[in-house]
Parts: sequence; structure tokens; C-alpha cells
Amino acid sequence: MSEPKPRILYCRCAFAQTVPKATKDEVLDQLCESGESFDTVSDLCEMSARKDPRITELLEGDEPVQIVACYHRAVKWLFHSAGVDFPEDRVEVLNMREESAEEICKKVLK
Amino acid sequence: MKNDTYPYQIILFEGNGATSLATERRREVTRTLLDKGYSVTRVTEDGGRNLSNPSGDIPVLILGDFEGNSPEVTSRETRIEIDTEDITGLDTETIITLVEQKRAGDGEGLNSPGEQGAWKPWFPVIDYDRCTNCMQCLSFCLFDVYGVDEEKQIQVQNNDNCKTNCPACSRVCPEVAIMFPKYSSGPINGAEVAETDVAREKMKVDITSLLGGDIYASLRTRSEKAKSRFSKERSPDKALNERKRCLTKLQQSGIIPAEVLAELDLESLPSPDEIQRKATEFAKMQAEADS
Ligand code: SF4
Ligand code: SF4
Repeated sequence: MSEPKPRILYCRCAFAQTVPKATKDEVLDQLCESGESFDTVSDLCEMSARKDPRITELLEGDEPVQIVACYHRAVKWLFHSAGVDFPEDRVEVLNMREESAEEICKKVLK
Repeated sequence: MKNDTYPYQIILFEGNGATSLATERRREVTRTLLDKGYSVTRVTEDGGRNLSNPSGDIPVLILGDFEGNSPEVTSRETRIEIDTEDITGLDTETIITLVEQKRAGDGEGLNSPGEQGAWKPWFPVIDYDRCTNCMQCLSFCLFDVYGVDEEKQIQVQNNDNCKTNCPACSRVCPEVAIMFPKYSSGPINGAEVAETDVAREKMKVDITSLLGGDIYASLRTRSEKAKSRFSKERSPDKALNERKRCLTKLQQSGIIPAEVLAELDLESLPSPDEIQRKATEFAKMQAEADS
């Protein structure tokens, strides 16, 4: 049986210029050009800070998830700080602060 | 966070019963909504995430080119409001206006990026794989951002008390366990921690010697002598002088960025009485955590 296709979660980091704009725009453009379903959030940090109930849904289920945001350590503990377990074994974090849009899209839109 | 009003959960529906949006329109709508603070889920033929049980009371707005045949959507959870809007033929601007008009009914106080008075989510995030529960951060922070849970484990309790762009507590953490994900550089931004980072932070950790015999030293002093010294300093002038002295020292230490210090007014700093109260609480917590 083939591996299930990972769900895609993209963080826009809208409250700050933390992530290079060119990278986040290019990744979003490519997602929009693809035929994939995906989830996007305006700012994971903000959701974590206010313990937005939707943050618990984002990692629900048992399928793999690819999160396109920033550093793995930051993303993992942001979920934790919102009271959500971070299932390391099925979550991959792609870092728009370090990786290029091209590298990220290659992994996400295979 | 201060308010618990959430913007709509937007679903861009392009599955069965709807026509696919042109790429450019999909991109513009998604990007604009995200930049205004909405979460957007795109659903295509393959179904996407299971959205049959949305959480809480957050209203859901389904947008799609339904060509006059908007589907009836019901939720298992009857209290959740689900709206459908046919956006056939509407341009991006009109779609955004439509969403914003719906949101206007949800009341004031939404935290939207770019709007005046918006709260930039700036707060410490603890890496519990590294944290040793030493409570340096709790003793350092003057604004009660930190507290402990029932198990006496350190946690961030009042994240909106945190001073925007101030990463000072991460610099006093000996384990490099405190992150500010929106900080410019590593390891504070969440980048992997190198051994050299740990060595550097450990050198800085002695706050008492760093700031000398004033505010932070008093935080750690549990003796009666200290209490009596504080009680003598209760006059308003003395309290103000104490705060000024503390600010100058913090400035010189370089731990708190100058632009953050410039925005701190003396009145916003806790008074010696409050600091004394905190010192007593801290000593109690540490004793309990050690026992
Ligand atoms: S998780 Fe990272 S990318 Fe997302 S909002 Fe926070 S800092 Fe920005
Ligand atoms: S200073 Fe660092 S190690 Fe100590 S309790 Fe705070 S986060 Fe944990």
C-alpha cells in the first residue's frame, strides 16, 4: 500500500516580517497553482498565543502533515504552548527562513 | 490574549458542486484574506482535511463558484454557524468586502495584522526538552509573564504582558530554552542550539552580579534585613530613584534592547513593594520545586 499523501499546512506569518516575503509569496503562489487541498493560517504564533481552538484541529487524525512555517523547534513548542501534542513521527516542518521556496515546493508538491 | 473573538474560518470550496477558481483569483483571495488575519482552507476534488467537525464557536464561511446553486451545509454541532456564499463572477475586492461585512457583525476587537493597535504576537515559548525548571526567567521578568503550574513547572502565563521586541529573558536562560519565534537571529528564533550558545548564555546568567545590589538582587534576597531595607525605601521619591537606577543598569547591561527600554516608562515598572512581593513568592516556589 502506498503512503498516504501528507496534508499541507502553510503559515503566512502575517504579523511580522520574520519570514522572507519573497519566499512566503512564492510558496503560496505554487500551492495555489497546484491542484492540492491545503490549510493556511495567518499566523501560528498568534493562534498559539490566544489558544485559538482551531490549532488543535490542525494536527488531528493520524495522517502525515507537512507544516510550512519556520524553525522546527519554534513550531513544535508553539503547538505545545497552545496545549496541543506535537506528533513528531508524522509531522515534517519546512522552514521558510532557511530553505528556498523551490526546495520547499519540491518536497510538498511532489 | 485579551480578546476571544476569532475571525471566520474561510473555506475556499472547489470540490464537487463548484467550479474551480482561476489560479490568479484563488491566489489573490487567499493571500489577501491571510494578510487580514483569516485562516483559509482550500478544498479540491480530493476532499482535503476532514472539516466535518469544526471546533468551538468559530463561524465558518464557505466561498465557492457555485453558479447559483449554493449547497446547504449543516453541522453535527448545531451551535456552529456555517454560511455559504456564492462568489461566481465576483472580483477579489468584492469578495473581501463581503467577508469583512460578515465579520463586522462579530464585534470589535479582532486582532488583525496591519491594523492600528494590532497586537504583534511576541511572547516567550519554552523548549521543555531543554528547560531545567531553574526559574531564572521567572525571577528576571518584571512583568509577571511567567508563573508555575500545579506541578510547579515553569510556564508562560501572561503572554500579552511581554514587552514587544524584548528578548531579555531568553538571554538569561542558562539552558537556551526560551525562544521568541519572531526574533531575527538564532538560537532565540528557534534555530538549533549549538554548544557554544550554551556556554555563552551560562556566562551571563548571574543576574545578581550583573545588576549589582539593586532590584534583581533584592528579588533573590530572602533575609529579614532585605525586608527592612525595602520598608525604609517606601517613600515615592526613593521608589522612583530605585527604578531609575535599575533602568540605567539594564541599559548598560545591553540585555534589554535600547528601543525597548526607551518605551518603558518608569511608572510601568513594578514598585519595590511589588518586587518584594514577587521575591517572596519566588522564594516559596523555588523551595517547593526543590522539595
Ligand atoms: S510559526 Fe514561525 S512562520 Fe509562523 S507565525 Fe510564528 S514565527 Fe511566523
Ligand atoms: S530560565 Fe530557562 S531553564 Fe530556567 S526555568 Fe526558565 S526556561 Fe527553564
